[in-house]
Amino acid sequence: MSTWEFYKEFLIPATNKGLWVSIQLIVPSALLGLILGLLVGAGRAMGPKSLKKALNFYVAVFRGTPLVVQLVMWFYGLPSLALILEGYLKPLGWPPIWQWLLLSPYAAAVLGFTLCSGAYQSEYIRGAILSIKKGQFLAAQALGFSRSQAFWSITAPVALRLAAPGCGNEIIYLIKYSSLALVVTVVEITGQAKMVASLYFRHLECYLLAALYYLAMVTVATLILRWLEKKLAIPEPARE
Amino acid sequence: MSAQPLLEVSHVSRIIDGKTILDDVSLSLGRGELKVIIGPSGGGKSTLLQCVNFLQPPDSGDVFLDGQSAREMSRQNICAFRQKIGMIFQDFNLFDHLCARDNVAIALQKVKGQKKALARQRAMAELERVGLVEQAHLYPSQLSGGQKQRVSLARALAMDPMVMLLDEPTSALDPELIGEVLNVIAQLSRSGMTMLMVTHQIGFARHLTKEIIFMEAGRVVETGPPELLEGGPEGGRAAAFCAKLAEVTGR
Repeated sequence: MSTWEFYKEFLIPATNKGLWVSIQLIVPSALLGLILGLLVGAGRAMGPKSLKKALNFYVAVFRGTPLVVQLVMWFYGLPSLALILEGYLKPLGWPPIWQWLLLSPYAAAVLGFTLCSGAYQSEYIRGAILSIKKGQFLAAQALGFSRSQAFWSITAPVALRLAAPGCGNEIIYLIKYSSLALVVTVVEITGQAKMVASLYFRHLECYLLAALYYLAMVTVATLILRWLEKKLAIPEPARE
Repeated sequence: MSAQPLLEVSHVSRIIDGKTILDDVSLSLGRGELKVIIGPSGGGKSTLLQCVNFLQPPDSGDVFLDGQSAREMSRQNICAFRQKIGMIFQDFNLFDHLCARDNVAIALQKVKGQKKALARQRAMAELERVGLVEQAHLYPSQLSGGQKQRVSLARALAMDPMVMLLDEPTSALDPELIGEVLNVIAQLSRSGMTMLMVTHQIGFARHLTKEIIFMEAGRVVETGPPELLEGGPEGGRAAAFCAKLAEVTGR
């Protein structure tokens, strides 16, 4: 088998397959992570004290532990917990709710990415909300907005614009740490590279191509984010 | 004048962190009246205005708009109540991410549930009233202070308020921009809008109002016609305060 044949017949199709899985991991995780970050950030900036404490705890845990450990917990740790629950609840005649804890590899990966990304995103959002003058929220209420209306119509859009560069950066990180889906047996780009490499002993080419694919995804994401940032930016004062 | 005042503030007190900010303040406004509140800073003027529309619910006392008690309203009704009370802030508080037109239109859409096109049409009409049609597409950061305050007036007026509360609408403005804002306010008053205004523009106040309310340390200390402010340092508290203002501003 020639090198060219190997590329054409095995490596590229396999990596393309992985690319599709990667995209399926990254897009929902990025969106859900951003929404979670927005809610958590808002809670941390504006919520009552007890909520703030609970959310700060969540962020401390998810920023303070390695993502690999978190992923392993979701995928391999939860089933152990399910087993324990089953032991207690089954004799009591409960319906098998413990089965909810048995996540598919894909679900475990998206859950892990979303919770981790949400913790980081909330940090950017919280900072942005705190930097917005409270007056805008007050003005909205004076016009008859309810608190939640004022948040979603005024505070959230302003905060997202201010937080856009940080949030975009987090999405770039997410693209790269999606490769950790490997540890919960999701075969995305890195997983395909690993499989093909160990099958044909061609580690250099396999991982080089994987790296190129990530670089391409990051480049595309950067362009999209830059365009979005520009489109969303609040205009600067006009020069006269 | 009808027997029932349009806006009645009744024995309102407000205590923050154990400090009494407002102490049993009462006042009333008849339909079409403009009353002016003056007094030293820290006297509770801004807090009073925010108590009137329950942005800061008073700790005791009540506010009646057209005879209806705000105290007895549900959360939802408080939002409807606030719609009927336009509020102007010292530092404008325009929405940074929206152009002038959308600053005016957004509450019509989100609060009154109007269609976008209709809300924008109304917004343009209000901007025309304050002379800012040509600036409709500009963002707050691109407007001068006077223009910002006029947009905020348009934003409040678009909600068809029954009363307007103005909290030092010109004190964050450069002197040459004060006139354009006061003109709009004077016009509004002449057209019959009921207004309660905190200001240090004594000359302006004298021309437009029949009653001055002097507040100090959370209490209404003196109430009376604009002549109350005359008499210099030997007059009442309000006159003494005015004399001091005049000394500083050279008027």
